[in-house]
Amino acid sequence: MEFAISCRDVFKTFGTGDRAARALRGVSLDIRPGEMTLLVGPSGCGKTTLISAIAAMLTPDSGSIRVFGQEVARMRPGARTLFRRHMVGFVFQQFNLLPALTATENASIPLRLCGASARDANRAAAHLLERLGLADQRDRYPDELSGGQQQRVAIARGLVHAPRLLVCDEPTASLDADNGQAAMALMRETALQKDRTVIVVTHDDRIHHFADRIAQMNDGRVTNVTGPTQDHAA
Amino acid sequence: MAVIALKMLFGDRAKYLGLIFGVAFATLLIAQQGGLFVGLMTRTANVIADAQEVDIWVMDPQARYLDTTRSLRPTELPRVRGVAGVAWAVPLYKSTIPLKTLDGRIENTMMLGVDDATLIGATSRWVMGSLADLRRPDAVAIDQAGYQRLWPGEPLRLGRELELNDHRAVISAITDASAAFTANIIMYAPYSRATAYSPQGRNSVSFILARAAQGQDSRDVAAKISTQTGLQALSTADFRWKTIKFFLQNTGIPISFGVVILLGVVVGVAIVGLTFNIFIAENLRQYGALKAMGLSDLHLVGLVLLQALVVGAVGYGIGIGVAAMFFHFATQGELRGFYLPWWIAAGVAGLTVLIMALATIASLRRVVVLDPAIVFRS
Repeated sequence: MEFAISCRDVFKTFGTGDRAARALRGVSLDIRPGEMTLLVGPSGCGKTTLISAIAAMLTPDSGSIRVFGQEVARMRPGARTLFRRHMVGFVFQQFNLLPALTATENASIPLRLCGASARDANRAAAHLLERLGLADQRDRYPDELSGGQQQRVAIARGLVHAPRLLVCDEPTASLDADNGQAAMALMRETALQKDRTVIVVTHDDRIHHFADRIAQMNDGRVTNVTGPTQDHAA
Repeated sequence: MAVIALKMLFGDRAKYLGLIFGVAFATLLIAQQGGLFVGLMTRTANVIADAQEVDIWVMDPQARYLDTTRSLRPTELPRVRGVAGVAWAVPLYKSTIPLKTLDGRIENTMMLGVDDATLIGATSRWVMGSLADLRRPDAVAIDQAGYQRLWPGEPLRLGRELELNDHRAVISAITDASAAFTANIIMYAPYSRATAYSPQGRNSVSFILARAAQGQDSRDVAAKISTQTGLQALSTADFRWKTIKFFLQNTGIPISFGVVILLGVVVGVAIVGLTFNIFIAENLRQYGALKAMGLSDLHLVGLVLLQALVVGAVGYGIGIGVAAMFFHFATQGELRGFYLPWWIAAGVAGLTVLIMALATIASLRRVVVLDPAIVFRS
């Protein structure tokens, strides 16, 4: 079958000589479309480096990373920027919302980057915020929103331009248990479609049941992939 | 994306105001000092500029500027008049004379003795009375600022008496003569009377003022006068510049003003650079997020430059506006004649661009080398 993401023998080392840190030591991993994959493992095992490479934010030293048919490991900087703009959505641990923009304006940024007019982008963002239960909050600024609401704005921003790959970095780390579960449920509900895929880096084992597969990383390698697990509707 | 850049800038109000203050302060300092410097230098040669009918100044060969000349022999006057291309030539007497008002106030006055017959050499701007009033007995003309210094708060009035080096004089006209470099009161009197006020006595010719005949170039005629008489003859423009140049080269004024202007640039770069750098540093994660979401380096640089441009433009506008108000409101009376030339305003705009460029370079580098993966770090 055609994988959404296919990593083969990916190596990445930061620094040189005695200070060299070998972040990825030959990662091979396949991720299917229409699935949510959790990347888990101890701190420093290479999870963030791997999703950075998959999302075309850093270039591996060697190996191949194909994302929806495109080889991102060898892309030129300009092509990487365009790839991220059109193909990838992000949900960050610390949300990284722009404090001077309203919820709608924050959520509309990826569409603006893709060339949509401010009016169209804001309309699409407002619609998505409404779906995420923030209809009444869309004109509020981030500091006027709770952590859970901010995360939902971040999810809207990650999805507004309908990216085929959604990369989530510790999306529940800044949320309490209830909000964390709600955020994951929202992502499953809104992000997962047949031709898309979601990767979630997490330390939070309370959200493992949302995953279609769980890839365990250790010491720069993917050591185990499990799943499909259980009924996500539960 | 420009709107986003501006919202980011305006959203951090404290830093935005700090940036505006830095640019406005630097602009004000540079423009105000630049205007004062130009005004001061212009003052050194205002007496030359005020004699508008004159286009050639003849003086001792060793004279270096307006205030250091040696008296010419009265016989030089007909020699100058005899040079081909000279339409007319008249004497000018210039001296500093002590002045005393009837109520005992003492000042120094720059006495300019203009040709008895034609009265050429005086200013053309008259506030009360006229040039012809100098022909009255003991008549002198005084500049308005000088009058107000002698009789502060009193309305202008002709006919007031005073003593000039123990000689009676009557104010018969009030001029709007341009201020001189020294703070002396400027007075005009006919040549014969002006020399009588002076301890140096009669027959002292400080300068010979001449005009080139119609169709003749004043520089060419001045050169002919120099060749044929051995005196130094300069066109009005050349003599003005020679006088200004003397002050530029022989006083600490350029260094003094230059240091303040440099200080304005340094303070501007320091305040704006530091504040802008802090602004960028605090927004680095947001720039990183934008970069991660697919904003190109070029666009990112564009955002930062737009923010810098807005800060520079608003700061410059405020600074130059306050400087213009300073010159409009604060330069009446003793500071008259000081103004903000357009080219100083343009030069300050250039310096503002330089300040913003220097202040932005470090910040630009930070966003260009910014690793978008910063957004994955907690």
